[in-house]
Amino acid sequence: MIERIRKILVEHGRLNKDAATLAEDGDLYQAGMTSHASVNVMLALEGEFEIEFPDHMLKRSVFESIGAMRDAIAELTKGS
Amino acid sequence: MNYDLESFYEGLVAHGLIVPVRVQGAFGRGAVFEDVLEHFNALVSRISKDDGAELYTFPPVIDRTIIERTDYLDSFPNLAGTVFSFFGKDKQAKELSARVHAGQPWADTQGITDVCLNPAACYPVYPVIAGKLPPDGRTITMTNWVYRHEPSPEPTRMQSFRVREFVRAGSPEMVVAWRDQWLERGLELLLSLGLPAKSDVASDPFFGRAGKILADGQKQQKLKFEVLVPVISAENPTAVCSFNYHQEHFGEVFGIHTADDRVAHTACLGFGLERVVMALFKTHGFDPKSWPAPVRARLWP
Repeated sequence: MIERIRKILVEHGRLNKDAATLAEDGDLYQAGMTSHASVNVMLALEGEFEIEFPDHMLKRSVFESIGAMRDAIAELTKGS
Repeated sequence: MNYDLESFYEGLVAHGLIVPVRVQGAFGRGAVFEDVLEHFNALVSRISKDDGAELYTFPPVIDRTIIERTDYLDSFPNLAGTVFSFFGKDKQAKELSARVHAGQPWADTQGITDVCLNPAACYPVYPVIAGKLPPDGRTITMTNWVYRHEPSPEPTRMQSFRVREFVRAGSPEMVVAWRDQWLERGLELLLSLGLPAKSDVASDPFFGRAGKILADGQKQQKLKFEVLVPVISAENPTAVCSFNYHQEHFGEVFGIHTADDRVAHTACLGFGLERVVMALFKTHGFDPKSWPAPVRARLWP
């Protein structure tokens, strides 16, 4: 899952660092991801993992690190 | 104090303060309303006279590419107002005329122009200050008409209104210190007019699901503050002054740089002039002659 998230970050995150080498808990906003870029990451994750983030997950903190996104996706795909 | 949307609107109309028109949020303003508005704006000028702000006025229309380049159409597609006009010849003009007089839709006879209605008082200034700023940055003030496509029966929610705006461009430290100083000053100003004003962290009404992330990000980073006064509701007070810290957003888009060649940060604050005036009418009554003497002395020195 982590590799799929990194691929989406390369395509949509507009990071100023290499997404392949970012720590899982590294702050993506510090790494240059803008709020608008985080929206594109959110939409790309929804397509890639065939999920829809519920309203309570549409928060800045859910997209702040690779680990945070992994946890959110794991919760949404639990049991499927 | 009893807050009721309908009786407040009817009171404004009955006292000749606003003049209803067919569409919502586009009412006219009467002489007394305008007198209060002008004197409040003049008071803002007086308290900021030593700030060295450069004064500009821009028309209600701006270069359409500004809203395209700044993500406005991504964030607020529902609020934008783009100007369309007729580009045809005689034949198409005849067609337009026939359709209008037959009461048929005619929007498809129109084409997009180079301008849009100004969606936020500060927008026209950023392209104008592109390039390198002086060492102390720049401070600009304007009173501009703003358009939002949100017709509503609430008198405080207008489609077109005036904002007394200040914009600061410079280093992050300069901009944040300036914003914090104005936050205090704006609150003091409104309290000095007897308004029960409070400040709070806020977010813009970003559109759709994506907007939820943008709004949360804005709140978490404390990028937007508002000064609020109850006008039509005690639970949901009306924002009469709004402060936005854009970080490097406009600096990057328009190429605004600090004297030491970093991308400039910008912030703005705006008094919603009609809203301040309505807050005064709600708090002190519909006749300014009967307002408390200290409030009158402040507005009409």
